[in-house]
Amino acid sequence: MRNISFSDATLEAMQEEMRRDERVFIMGEDIASQGGIFGQFKGLPKEFGLERVRDTPISETAIVGAGIGASLAGAVPVIDMHFADFIGVAMDEVLNQMAKIRYMFGGQATLPLVLRAPDGVTRSAAAQHSQSLEAWFLHIPGLKVVIPSNPADAKGLLKAAIRDPNPVIYFEHKDLFRQKGPVPDGDYLTPIGKAAVVRQGDDVTIVSYSAMLGKVQKAAEILAEQHQINAEVIDLRTIVPMDLETVYTSVKKTKRLVIAHEAVKIGGVGGEIAAAVSENILEYLDGPIVRVGAAFTPVPFSPPLENRVIPQVEDVVNAVLTARW
Amino acid sequence: MLLIRRFEEKVNEKFLAGDIPGFVHLYIGEEATAVGVCSALTRADYITSTHRGHGHTIAKGADVKRCMAELYGRKTGYCKGKGGSMHIADFGVGMLGANGVVGGGINLAAGAALAVQLRKAKEVAVCFFGDGASNRGTFHEGLNMAAVWKLPVVFVCENNQWASTTPLHEATAVTDISQRATSYAIPGVMVDGNDVFAVYEAAQQAVERARQGEGPTLLECKTYRIKGHFVGDPEQYRTREEVMAQMEERDPIKKLLERILADELLTEEQLREIERKVEQDVAEAVRFAEESPFPDPEEAFEDLYVEGEADHA
Ligand SMILES: Cc1ncc(C[n+]2csc(CCOP(=O)(O)OP(=O)(O)O)c2C)c(N)n1
Repeated sequence: MRNISFSDATLEAMQEEMRRDERVFIMGEDIASQGGIFGQFKGLPKEFGLERVRDTPISETAIVGAGIGASLAGAVPVIDMHFADFIGVAMDEVLNQMAKIRYMFGGQATLPLVLRAPDGVTRSAAAQHSQSLEAWFLHIPGLKVVIPSNPADAKGLLKAAIRDPNPVIYFEHKDLFRQKGPVPDGDYLTPIGKAAVVRQGDDVTIVSYSAMLGKVQKAAEILAEQHQINAEVIDLRTIVPMDLETVYTSVKKTKRLVIAHEAVKIGGVGGEIAAAVSENILEYLDGPIVRVGAAFTPVPFSPPLENRVIPQVEDVVNAVLTARW
Repeated sequence: MLLIRRFEEKVNEKFLAGDIPGFVHLYIGEEATAVGVCSALTRADYITSTHRGHGHTIAKGADVKRCMAELYGRKTGYCKGKGGSMHIADFGVGMLGANGVVGGGINLAAGAALAVQLRKAKEVAVCFFGDGASNRGTFHEGLNMAAVWKLPVVFVCENNQWASTTPLHEATAVTDISQRATSYAIPGVMVDGNDVFAVYEAAQQAVERARQGEGPTLLECKTYRIKGHFVGDPEQYRTREEVMAQMEERDPIKKLLERILADELLTEEQLREIERKVEQDVAEAVRFAEESPFPDPEEAFEDLYVEGEADHA
């Protein structure tokens, strides 16, 4: 185990996978010349050359489209979107091509591809550079969507995504890049589609993921210290396919459910989990399912405004108290 | 060319009879483009296609029986009945799929060419698209990127003068799509898309250039869409006379026949033999399609993801 940053963990994942499989290459804007905005590609051109670590023109449509074509012709592309917000520019490629090519052609195509998308709110980046868009892709069959909350999973999930024969969208929260954490030595994968129970508890289940998980863990401590409520915390880790079994098992034990994410609450992943739980195990619930998410507004610029619209630790605490009536 | 023509005439008939579901966009009148270009390719080369993709698929060497079965939505079709006319594909011959999104295939071909370049191989990728598609951002981004990276790709614009109901000049500021190559510092070549020999020669040069690592070419094939945009199109935007005149003067199959007879490339007997064989193949394709079962409804849940966590290496 070493204590390294989230950014370095993803860098190690890239190095290991590019050494292991020469079909793996990466492309995106300013990744070779600059090392990526979060340093997540630093040093890769030196080891792997500018063919395999490619700076692209500012042409999201062409970048994602070419990634898909390259994948169909035997390469394994990792595409950096710079900011998750820019997926919108290449949305046809993601939703009509990437997600559907295998199915539409009756399984003839295999499409290994990873779209790396730095998302989330950080440092007053404002409305066009702060979004969490994972729910969009939950709604489109054909993609996998992963979203790590810590350096160890950042590495393990990225490696798993690269080795997965399906297209995977890899959300990485911008605020996590500099965060450090223990990362196992050597080759390991974090399985796609498996949630992790990161805190055991009996009184309420809190499901979260990505940077929000940090706030949830703080909330869990406050709940334990100030309210004698012992929360079980689940890190979803993968949005598609979603590990609802782990959620159900926990809810059957705790009888209460809160879901917390930084993305806008309306139409978010939390709504899907809440619906699935009430459809399938409603009889186990002893309280309302409560969702925590951002307000229904674009993310504003000024820090007090920004803090106001995205969910905070207290919002999670309050949600749990509501869920317990 | 004749196989594509007869195949599509039959598709037209069967669609109108209600045997083929969905939308069908016919390629009739444009056969020389697909055949001319694909004749310059090997089986290992890649193509991507458009919503009007039967011609490209057949020209690249796909089996007409499985094409027809796909159009009929049968289990034996290339896509097991999940794609239909607009999404026909045969990865076995490097045909990486038709595309229901105008311009959607342009960068997929550029990407296939990128994969070829990365593995230092010699294949070439070709994308077919219409004049309408050349007004989409994908076209401009793709040409620029392919030019900068010298990708082994040939961009083939089939300028059939129409984008659905819109004539070329109403939607496109330049008169020739090939002029646009200038902006990307690549060769822009214009040929009579209804002359299969001319298309073949131009395609061969472009393909050779790509194979030699000299980068992409924009090849514009001027042709004409004889049929409506889709089968059932009332075609209120143009006159019957215009279409008949084009058919009279420019039908690529007629032109090919004239050339064959003038240059004595084949005898009349040989031509009749080809005609018979084509009729037979198409009849057989229809029989195959009609006798094939529909997929089991449960098959709707197959082929979405590659199953298991297997490493694809
Ligand atoms: C992005 C997109 N916009 C619109 C359409 C609807 N549409 C289908 S075909 C077509 C015309 C395309 O014209 P062109 O590219 O010239 O090809 P052609 O049909 O002439 O072969 C249109 C507008 C579509 N399928 N995709």
